[in-house]
Amino acid sequence: MDAKDILGLPKTPLPIAQEKKSRPHKDSQRKPDGISREVYALTGGVAPLMPSIDVSQLKRRPPSDEKITWQWLPFTSSARKDNLQLYHWVRVVNGVPPTGDYSFAKYNKSVDVIRYTDEEYAKYLTDPKWTKEETDQLFDLCERFDLRFIIIADRFPTPRTVEELKDRYYSASRAILVARAPSPGEVASHPLVKEPYNVTQEIERKRALSMVLSQTKHQERKDAEVLAEAKRIAESRMAARAAEEPDLPVPPDIGPESAERAIGPGDTISPSNVQVHAAAAAPSTSVIADNSSTLASLRMLKVYLRTYALEQMVQAASSSAGLRTIKRVEQTLQDLGINLKPKVPTKAVCAEHLELRKEILTLLNLQKQLQYKEAEGSSFRDGSYGDMPGTAKRSQRAVDQDRTFVPDTISFGGDRGVKREQKRKGPGRASETPSSPAGAHKRPRKMKASDL
Amino acid sequence: MPHPASEAQVEDGGSASKPQRIIKLGKTTEDGDKKGTNKRVKDIELCIPIVYGTIAFYLGRKASESQSHKWTVYVRGATNEDLGAVIKHVVFQLHPSFNNPTRVVESPPFELSECGWGEFEIGISLFFHSDVCDKKLDLFHFLKLYPEDESGPQSTKKPVVMESYNEIVFPDPSECFFARVQNHPAVLVPRLPSGFTLPAPAPVENMNGKGRGDTKDHPLNHWFMNFSEADELLKLASARQQVQAHIVKLRRELSVIDGMPQPLKPASSYECT
Repeated sequence: MDAKDILGLPKTPLPIAQEKKSRPHKDSQRKPDGISREVYALTGGVAPLMPSIDVSQLKRRPPSDEKITWQWLPFTSSARKDNLQLYHWVRVVNGVPPTGDYSFAKYNKSVDVIRYTDEEYAKYLTDPKWTKEETDQLFDLCERFDLRFIIIADRFPTPRTVEELKDRYYSASRAILVARAPSPGEVASHPLVKEPYNVTQEIERKRALSMVLSQTKHQERKDAEVLAEAKRIAESRMAARAAEEPDLPVPPDIGPESAERAIGPGDTISPSNVQVHAAAAAPSTSVIADNSSTLASLRMLKVYLRTYALEQMVQAASSSAGLRTIKRVEQTLQDLGINLKPKVPTKAVCAEHLELRKEILTLLNLQKQLQYKEAEGSSFRDGSYGDMPGTAKRSQRAVDQDRTFVPDTISFGGDRGVKREQKRKGPGRASETPSSPAGAHKRPRKMKASDL
Repeated sequence: MPHPASEAQVEDGGSASKPQRIIKLGKTTEDGDKKGTNKRVKDIELCIPIVYGTIAFYLGRKASESQSHKWTVYVRGATNEDLGAVIKHVVFQLHPSFNNPTRVVESPPFELSECGWGEFEIGISLFFHSDVCDKKLDLFHFLKLYPEDESGPQSTKKPVVMESYNEIVFPDPSECFFARVQNHPAVLVPRLPSGFTLPAPAPVENMNGKGRGDTKDHPLNHWFMNFSEADELLKLASARQQVQAHIVKLRRELSVIDGMPQPLKPASSYECT
């Protein structure tokens, strides 16, 4: 107390008392049975989701009718060839020690290294690059170290690479196997014979691996870019091949496996060429290209359904149109009383349907053009009134009008047109709000039939 | 049409007295019967109009919880002709709650009847004869048991019929297939270009060995729907006319606007922004 005064620490006995009160409360709720509180707290104080140890089992004692003692006894292991006498603690039940081999003896596995006789060496295994002595040493080490070639290479008296050692070992073993076999067929399934060791390939593979491992982040990124580029080229090459238009150039043949960095700039130029060319082509020719490429791809199929063919052709024809336009086409079809998918899709019906869709697209495009021209025209006329930003924004808005434009101007009969006009709450018309500056119009103008 | 160079052309002068053994890419002919399958008929597409669907009858008094309806799923020629010359067998894939949900129908008429209570999508796979096509064609049809208007109790006499029309197109038929079916009533052969020499027509054989496979006298045939392309063609033609008329009008208006003299652009309006 006095110390606290001296130090100037606040005297706050209260919060501590509170903690003491709440903690026992908490603990009495959650103290588990079977294990002490501290041990339980090791797990974070919360019961595990899946109890790995049945807590009630922990305090269980072994069956009391058995007498268990632990004794320090000698043992033998079949894995040891020497007579070394080792001792360990053994659980003895009712005075009977356990029987059987040492439990870890079964893990003492080793490789069957083929040993040749001197005769066999002379007959099959002579090699200009290897002396008999070296080969003998190699085989000894292989047996001793269970074909762990890294260690063998380390221990080998003369300097040899791992690949050389492997090559010598595997080719020698193979030769011996084949020589000893009564007929070639019998050993053909032996792994040594089936898959011979290929030195050059191994050297190459390891080199490539180390290259990949030692790549810097920068190099990795560049590799990814090159591969993506190659993929894009391959894809555009396929698309260009499918199209029958002669004026679409086919990009040069570039394999995706090429890891050379030199490709970089060359790659980027060719796909953009293809794209630019395609974009520059007039909409009608690109539609024709799409159509004929669809036709070609359909002909490639062995069999297809008429409805499938129609879907493909419709997709091709609308490929230049956005989702909004496609929705408008479908709306127009419905207004005209035509099913989006024909009920009787014969060849003739599908052809007519396709043509109708294309014509509707043309119609919508023309409407857009007309709108745009009108807006332009009106903005010119009103230009002298409004401020400059206002006019510029106006012509921009004319393009934006596209967004909510609904073909109310075309009444195809039927109830829908009338109802829709009544439902829509469009903003004011042009005659009511001439040339007001931008900002006042949040939503674009809706065109009425009388506007045209 | 892009053909690999090694494919054969239709031989002029018709008769196949000494047919060339042309190897199609990736396929080798083993026995003489398959010779015809490798030669294709160029630029002719064969079309098989089919109708597939379901007819479901409410069982009324005989209905139980698990079997309230008896229904039949089928694939038939659109004019009820025998499809056996083209289709070898059909596999209907039913809901897994059925025993052996994969049902194979080996011969025409290609149909399957079952009892049940639930509506589900049935997978229909068409397998063709070897000289026709080695790829199967998949269709899907939703089994409808309950009528659209829920007014009143279901009748056991009037079934719920759902049929879809479609056409199977073979863009590149083999000569053998073509010869076999060029006069078959189930197959639509287009008008042949002039100068085209037909291979000798083979007699129309019953490929499936059993009795007739057409559905002209099918017990359910008075429920079959009629699919006439004339109606649709008419509607489409009238729609196209309307659209074309509007296009003409718009084009006229556009040209009027384009022809209009441009008002003098106030020089200032383009110098800002």
